[in-house]
Amino acid sequence: MAAITMSGLTKVYPNGVRALNALDLQIADGEFFALLGPSGCGKTTLLRTIAGLEVASGGTVQIGDTDVTGLPPGRRDVAMVFQDYALFPHMSVRDNIAYPLRIKKVDRRTRHGKAAETADGLGLAELLERRPAQLSGGQQQRVALARAMAYTPQVFLLDEPLSNLDARLRLEARTFLKRLQRDLGVTTVFVTHDQAEALALADRIAVMQGGRIRQVGTPVEVFRRPANTFVAGFIGSTPMNLIPATVRDGGIDVAGAVLPIPETAGEVTPGESITYGVRPEYLDYSPAERAGALSGEVVVVENLGSSSLVSLDLPGDAGTVQVVVPEGDEPQPGDRGWVVPKAGRALLYRDDELVAAPIPAQPAGANR
Amino acid sequence: MVQATSSPDTTSDVGTEAVPGARHDGASPDAAGLGRARAAAFVVPSMVLIVLFLVLPAAWTIYLGVTNYRLTGLAAAHPEIVGLDNYTTALGDDRFLTSLGLTLQFVLGSAVIGQAFLGFAIAWTLRDRRGPMRRVVEAFVLLAWILPGSVVAFLWIALLDRDAGTLNAVLHTPGAAWLLDHPMLSIIVFNTWRGTAFSMMLYSAALGNVPPSHLETAKLAGANTWQQLRDVVFPRIRGHILTNLLLISLWTFNDFSPYLITAGGPEQKSEILAVYVYKVALSGGQLGFGSAISFLMLLINLVLALVYLRMLGRRKEEA
Repeated sequence: MAAITMSGLTKVYPNGVRALNALDLQIADGEFFALLGPSGCGKTTLLRTIAGLEVASGGTVQIGDTDVTGLPPGRRDVAMVFQDYALFPHMSVRDNIAYPLRIKKVDRRTRHGKAAETADGLGLAELLERRPAQLSGGQQQRVALARAMAYTPQVFLLDEPLSNLDARLRLEARTFLKRLQRDLGVTTVFVTHDQAEALALADRIAVMQGGRIRQVGTPVEVFRRPANTFVAGFIGSTPMNLIPATVRDGGIDVAGAVLPIPETAGEVTPGESITYGVRPEYLDYSPAERAGALSGEVVVVENLGSSSLVSLDLPGDAGTVQVVVPEGDEPQPGDRGWVVPKAGRALLYRDDELVAAPIPAQPAGANR
Repeated sequence: MVQATSSPDTTSDVGTEAVPGARHDGASPDAAGLGRARAAAFVVPSMVLIVLFLVLPAAWTIYLGVTNYRLTGLAAAHPEIVGLDNYTTALGDDRFLTSLGLTLQFVLGSAVIGQAFLGFAIAWTLRDRRGPMRRVVEAFVLLAWILPGSVVAFLWIALLDRDAGTLNAVLHTPGAAWLLDHPMLSIIVFNTWRGTAFSMMLYSAALGNVPPSHLETAKLAGANTWQQLRDVVFPRIRGHILTNLLLISLWTFNDFSPYLITAGGPEQKSEILAVYVYKVALSGGQLGFGSAISFLMLLINLVLALVYLRMLGRRKEEA
């Protein structure tokens, strides 16, 4: 078990693509850490550079107290579970789990004992003699996890751990993974492009774009206070509403309505152009006119099950605003509606970066 | 066409009789709905060609093998059946047995060890490389393969010649007679050089089927190159290896091009079976005896093929 420290990490591929750009990141001992971003953002390259499967072009990787930048993968004491699980088809489950121990020249009895013990803990005891082809997707994943666990490495690396499972199994495996990581307490880094998966599993998330880290924080921080408009748009099952606005004396002009300056915001000067951000979940819909509300015409109503996502066209060229409305209160397209931001949930962005209040005020503002 | 003329009555009841008819046949349902006669008509042309150019000559060789047929003289006009005499003579003949031994050396040395090993080594070394380096190596290896045998033979004679050979000039060993002193080694190296391309291409394709994540899992566990090959690569491409060995063994066994370099000499030291048959049957004129040896070669080829196919079959049972 160990912390991972990356500083100035850069990876340039021979074809000139800069996959990682002078990246600094610290992952604490025992943390469950997510690398999240759209495809091509460098998250998988970062994971593979930690594993040693890619050689860094610049910067260092440190695991525990050891600088592993120049070490080959086999000497870094890390285990990786691949997206396709990479189980050896010609070996039984037992031999697959015991494989790393066999390479480390552990004697046959010890390694078979260890394999059986690990398999038992993951509910695979009955399957030891089977070949991987005879297992279901979920079982294959657990065998791959068992193989990683059996030689007790300092760090687990998981590449898209849930993406090869079907939707129902994915939820089950998510809960299983989270509990397993908590029980083992091993520093675990996983890669995902699914923001819901990252929010559900991770202790902390790094949101990446174009080889850089755009924000690092707990799921709550990343969801409630995205540091920039990229993160605001990427996190959440529905992207944050980002509406062009102008600062006035004692208020903000958003699409013709004057709203109070959010208490989370830092200093703004009257007259400047700014972006007003608020999540659809943090807006209250009202069919009747209210003070301090945005108003518009309902254009689309999408059913989400226990709630509906309603899109309102704002006056002028301010675009649309989306709001989540609880069941029973859905308006009809063509209705006129008013939406009011919940207290403490609206954010201001200047040049795509969050205009944040001074640090001490943040936790109070964010958690109110 | 024959079926078309006789069809008026059969076509009329195809619609009504098709289902009961299929029930009677049972074992071979007529999926395409052509009717047996018409389906057979599609197969007949190729069957005729196969019989004419493959089965008949083979049967003819077997027939010749039990006669004393000669290229010239009395036996050319009136061959007599001599039973298995040719076979007993061949199996008791030192020259045949020596030739068989040399052929096995040639197959093991140039095909199994030379081509298969070198081909795999090149494919493995180049597997992750892209760009000019890979293309240049592949182009040169392929060039050796696609050149006509006569051209390659001339190149090797020019290289190994005693008086004006390139090798002697490079090594400063004037007068070293490579083809006379090391005839087997010469043709083994020659055939390795000439045939490696096939193994290289086959193994390159096979290595593309090894998932990178499997190799990386082994690397992360700390496996060295040999362990990666043993635990990940070979089990995965076992079928490719066996198929490749089968093909190149048979090709090499039947290869005649060494004759162009050493002509079987000196003193029959490089007289492999293909060369031996040629000398006996065409230079020596003993067509009957030559046919008998050809048939023995065919049997050996069959045994080789069966051994490999059995190994392949076992792999499929395991999987």
